Amino acid sequence: MLLILEGVSKVVNGQTHIYPTDLELSKGTMNVLLGPTLSGKTSLMRLMAGLDVPATGRIIWNGKDVTGMRVQDRKVAMVYQQFINYPSMSVYDNIASPMRLLGISADEIDRRVKATADLMKLGGMLQRKPLELSGGQQQRCALARALVKNAGLVLLDEPLANLDYKLREELRAEIPRIFEESGSIFVYATTEPEEALLLGGNTAALWEGRVTQFGLTPDVYRRPVNATTARVFSDPPMNFLTVRKEGGRMVFGDDQGVAVPEGLAAESDGSYIAGFRPNHLELERHAAEAMEFSTTLNVTEITGSETFVHLGHHGERWVGLVHGIRDLKPGQALAVFLDPAHVYFFAQDGTLVSAAPYAKAA
Amino acid sequence: MAKITLDNLAHSYMKAPKSEDDFALKELNHDWVDGEAYALLGASGCGKSTLLNIISGLLQPSQGRILFDDVDVTHEPTAARNIAQVFQFPVVYDTMTVHDNLAFPLRNRGAEPAYVAQRVQEIARMIGMEDRLRFKARGLTADAKQKISLGRGMVREDVNALLFDEPLTVIDPHMKWELRTQLKQLHHDFGHTMIYVTHDQTEALTFADKVVVMYDGRVVQIGTPQELFERPAHTFVGYFIGSPGMNLFDAEISGAVARVAGAEVALPGAFKARGTRMQIGVRPEFVRLTTGAGVPARLKRVEDVGRHRILRLEVAGQPISAIAGEGDVVPEGANAVTFDTAGINVYADDWRVSPEGRAA
Repeated sequence: MLLILEGVSKVVNGQTHIYPTDLELSKGTMNVLLGPTLSGKTSLMRLMAGLDVPATGRIIWNGKDVTGMRVQDRKVAMVYQQFINYPSMSVYDNIASPMRLLGISADEIDRRVKATADLMKLGGMLQRKPLELSGGQQQRCALARALVKNAGLVLLDEPLANLDYKLREELRAEIPRIFEESGSIFVYATTEPEEALLLGGNTAALWEGRVTQFGLTPDVYRRPVNATTARVFSDPPMNFLTVRKEGGRMVFGDDQGVAVPEGLAAESDGSYIAGFRPNHLELERHAAEAMEFSTTLNVTEITGSETFVHLGHHGERWVGLVHGIRDLKPGQALAVFLDPAHVYFFAQDGTLVSAAPYAKAA
Repeated sequence: MAKITLDNLAHSYMKAPKSEDDFALKELNHDWVDGEAYALLGASGCGKSTLLNIISGLLQPSQGRILFDDVDVTHEPTAARNIAQVFQFPVVYDTMTVHDNLAFPLRNRGAEPAYVAQRVQEIARMIGMEDRLRFKARGLTADAKQKISLGRGMVREDVNALLFDEPLTVIDPHMKWELRTQLKQLHHDFGHTMIYVTHDQTEALTFADKVVVMYDGRVVQIGTPQELFERPAHTFVGYFIGSPGMNLFDAEISGAVARVAGAEVALPGAFKARGTRMQIGVRPEFVRLTTGAGVPARLKRVEDVGRHRILRLEVAGQPISAIAGEGDVVPEGANAVTFDTAGINVYADDWRVSPEGRAA
């Protein structure tokens, strides 16, 4: 099984929703579409499913051009953010319904409903109605309906977005296991970098209708090819600071700097953009060579086991993410530390010129 | 602003409740201190909306009293309680402009036009709608309408309390933290008594001075974010706050030592065994994977979430989690876990117990 998108684009009323895109998704892979709201995730999925016809380009499924083929005639299953189940049918009948439409024998349907229900931990609930289930179980029922067809392509559009975060935590851990057992091509849209990392597989970063990078998920995270991908694949977004290359030094202002990294050695002097993730800003000095910045704390946000610090630094807004719960007062001065090993350098146009040294080692 | 007292309060949706199980809200005594910001946090069905509806007067409790500054308002209607409310979904007048929507609660009470104009400007700036004051509400997005609802809830300075019921549900994620922090700033500036209902831990912990965690109709802990993280009073708090939640291990307790899966674990004090089930709770942040000495554990999976790694382990057949740094090396042949002693809490039948001779 192989799904190929060749120069596929989508234009609505003269507005480009998807710029010409090439993607190749192979059998048994998990493919995450990662990007903020309106970046094109759902548009791209609808093109893959055949719900929309592309303005340009071709879609090839197992060597066959399926560009104009209706969704009903393709082997595709889709799960949406809203749990869609038939409220009047039992869980059993909900899961069985896609197969009944395909005219599969009753014995085979029974076998597959039970196997899929076991996989989704719904085995004891087959006679219940969807509304008698918890939110997480309802979404598992919707997932079971998508999986039971043995569709070659399973499209999941932010399937966990409507769940309480504790349920999300639970299902997130289950989805990779379910996927491994199915052998289908999975495409999973999410706005959350952490979700992409937990799912693993491949990630396509999306920004304003363009795939800015596609590759193995940890590689896209640690070796983004441009500042846009780095911004998309960081929550909160990566912090940026304009710096100057002056001979052998990268000058960060405040009379400090670091030695020019290898990737920049051959580049000309001038302005570059330094990028660093929120979790790499630290409130204590851990590395001797760490740079120190004087900032003002605007606000803090607490997630339960971590604290976001929103900082002002010479008119720029930075965000730091630190472990534990910190009782810090808004308005106070705060010194933050940054290990040069965690700094990426981008050219003025956003192209990566030097990945953070720690990422090269990872 | 007012102090709000819950006196012997309880509520059942049944006509003749027989046992405690029939109560959606179990008996509760509590003072909401004048000028503090509280969050009511819990999963759906925990009773938090029931409690809010009793405070606002939408619901009459089946038992007990509610007092505003020591005056009994239990049977007063919502309108007589002088409170402002913001609900999950926007409540705005579509045919009015944004300006008139914001001005409505003030004009309704005959405020001076000059004061109305100044106050509407202040609120509009806070919700980022200064440039849309002349627009009719009708054409706006759900997101913008909800901001108007928030603004209208906050426009009056003379209310007894401000009640929020999951007010950021329809707000775009990027806007959420800004509004949350603006609400916090507003509280800081004006000192309103605020009660904010949510199922989202980040929202609750960021917004509130004190978080009231509810579980199964009961308040299980009222504490600062730090207290909820470091000293969860109930195993539910340990599970619900933090991601992943707190690990629990069945333990035999004797003095300052717990026996877990055949190994001895040093405790941060001496404890007395009581109840039917003793457990120790350790957050993933305080669990270290090691080789040899410690509680026997098996590594099942490593999840890379970028800023750190989550180690999924098994101890005595139970799943547990540990957090390791982004660059930490998982030790070769690791087969045991150790705990930071200060990060251990002891539980008897799900409730935290204090060490002997100490109050906390």
